[in-house]
Amino acid sequence: MDLFRKFEIDPRLVGMLAALAVIWTGFHLMSGGSFLTPRNLWNLSVQTSAIAVMACGMVLVIVTRNIDLSVGSVLGVVGMLVGVIQARWLPEAMGLEHPLTWLISALAAMALGGLIGLFHGALIAYLVIPSFIVTLGGLLVWRGAAWWVTTGQTVAPMDGRFRSLGGSVEGAIGAGASWALGVAAIAAIVAAMMMARRRKQSFGFAVRPPAVEVAVIGVIVAAVIGVVMLFNAYPLPAPIARRVAEAQGTPWPEGGLFISHGFAVPMIIALVTGIVMSFVARRTTFGRYVFAIGGNPEAAQLSGVNTRRVLMHVYGVMGVLTGLAACITTARLNAATNSAGSLDELYVIAAAVIGGTSLSGGVGTIVGAMLGALIMQSLQSGMVLLGVDTPLQNIVVGIVLVVAVWLDTIYRKRLK
Amino acid sequence: MNASGTPLVEMRGISIAFGGIKAVENVSVDLFPGEVVGLLGHNGAGKSTLIKILSGAYPADAGEIAINGQAVAIRTPRDAKDNGIETIYQTLALADNIDAAANIYLGREKLTPWGTLDDAAMESETRKAMARLNPHFRRFKEPVSALSGGQRQSVAIARAIHFNARVLIMDEPTAALGPAETAQVGELIKQLKADGIGIFLVSHDLHDVFDLADRIVVMKNGRVVGTAAVKDVTQDDVLGMIIGGKCPPGATPGPGAVQGPGAAAGAAMPGGPAN
Repeated sequence: MDLFRKFEIDPRLVGMLAALAVIWTGFHLMSGGSFLTPRNLWNLSVQTSAIAVMACGMVLVIVTRNIDLSVGSVLGVVGMLVGVIQARWLPEAMGLEHPLTWLISALAAMALGGLIGLFHGALIAYLVIPSFIVTLGGLLVWRGAAWWVTTGQTVAPMDGRFRSLGGSVEGAIGAGASWALGVAAIAAIVAAMMMARRRKQSFGFAVRPPAVEVAVIGVIVAAVIGVVMLFNAYPLPAPIARRVAEAQGTPWPEGGLFISHGFAVPMIIALVTGIVMSFVARRTTFGRYVFAIGGNPEAAQLSGVNTRRVLMHVYGVMGVLTGLAACITTARLNAATNSAGSLDELYVIAAAVIGGTSLSGGVGTIVGAMLGALIMQSLQSGMVLLGVDTPLQNIVVGIVLVVAVWLDTIYRKRLK
Repeated sequence: MNASGTPLVEMRGISIAFGGIKAVENVSVDLFPGEVVGLLGHNGAGKSTLIKILSGAYPADAGEIAINGQAVAIRTPRDAKDNGIETIYQTLALADNIDAAANIYLGREKLTPWGTLDDAAMESETRKAMARLNPHFRRFKEPVSALSGGQRQSVAIARAIHFNARVLIMDEPTAALGPAETAQVGELIKQLKADGIGIFLVSHDLHDVFDLADRIVVMKNGRVVGTAAVKDVTQDDVLGMIIGGKCPPGATPGPGAVQGPGAAAGAAMPGGPAN
């Protein structure tokens, strides 16, 4: 414990990584070696993305002692609108497969989600209606609205470039780009750590011993390289690889070609979201106010924080991220359906809570919530791999949620 | 103490009602630089409500506030702080989940040139401020929930005096403290007084007030019973003011004073919200 504190390593994070390692190894052994494969982990990264993106926003919501039950339904209605925008309106205005269709659609999704979120936030912050009720109402209203957009019809197919937001073959960036991204990530992480270290030293504060700093950097670099190699080890299926090769003018050899998937676009979106939201939570006044409100709303207000505006903006951020998740989900399905996102609110809340976000407010981390999302999704896809029936899957996930929170409660008590 | 010239704070005809209950009614008080004014009264007498109006927590329904003779509008805690009015609340009003520096700078964070939080600079300043108030304090990295009562009090005091306050409001500053820490707060008040800061001291502890205050203002049922220099009245006189609303000869009666010997003492109005 003291060692963790001294070296500024979060013990809860280490615990979650250990839990993840146990789950992954367990499934790998039980499935006869088919869990820890590039293919399965690539799919896992894609499946986790939408929930992970929304979990980042849910952390802030729960930290302020509130809840958002409406994210699944908001995802549904925004997904429908985004489907209609790109499959019906934009093709009429700009022609099919216009290069900007995907961007306009994605921006529209985030704007719509943000507006819905701000509206919820205004009701909660200024009319002082409990967030549970506002978003429970939202859960019903927006699911109904999702149906009304097309009176229940599914909208398909999506724009080709937009589809890459959801992963699949179009959304795999390939080996070269993955390496470039990995190197850029390493450079950014090392630069950020060095800057933080220098800043602390300039005020004469204690920093980690150089050896520990080097070790931490080493672990991070190794992890990034490992992840790049892992996703690059997953080849495109032969027919698609052949199409890609022919499009590039490469002749198709007898034994086939190994063309890597590389990172999936939705995973990159989720990681970038996580980094941006961590920055917002830890390095901006907005994030500081969110946590202060969670710790003591009255104190925050008496300190001159405009608590209502902050709370409204928290729901605005939640809405923008839900819009982003709606893009990922719609693109991945290659269709907008009015049932998209059903029950997502529960998975998102569970991810945040498993990730150490306290429902009594004031405590939570973005990275924890993203790991929580990964743990949830690992459990589910692992059980699918083992052929566990859906009802039993739900039972297991439910039990894990309760046990995880119980363990966290014990951990917190021992901390005091 | 300088009881002549322009008052540092002048509150005139302040009233506020909550759901028809007049918690503070036509109250006028003033405070001079380097003066400590003790605000006394029962629970529900309106003293905490009055100071919450000055600290911006409640906007007054009626009345005027002047700082150094200049009329100011105080509608929010931000307005009060902008006018150099700082408050140490009875509850301390600390966000338990963040550290001392984050609490001290809450709402007026130090930022880096990029507009991000400058935690290192805030911690550095906090270390200097706390070194004066509580030299043994070391737990800068921990959330304030991990601190002792006295340490939390030091953080709340540091927050109030760190930004060059001209007016300090202390609501029951010693209620949660042991004898040694209470003495420490007393020393601090004397030191701040010498720096020319005006202090409103809200307390129900008569001994504290008689030790530290220059003047007292007694409130009952939302109105001022009377005002007196501490040297002109006895503790029994003040008790009579608090309990019976009777103004002794040494004090200047206010609108809330009971008129004549036969008047029904304290039978009239219910109290305001709990203090």
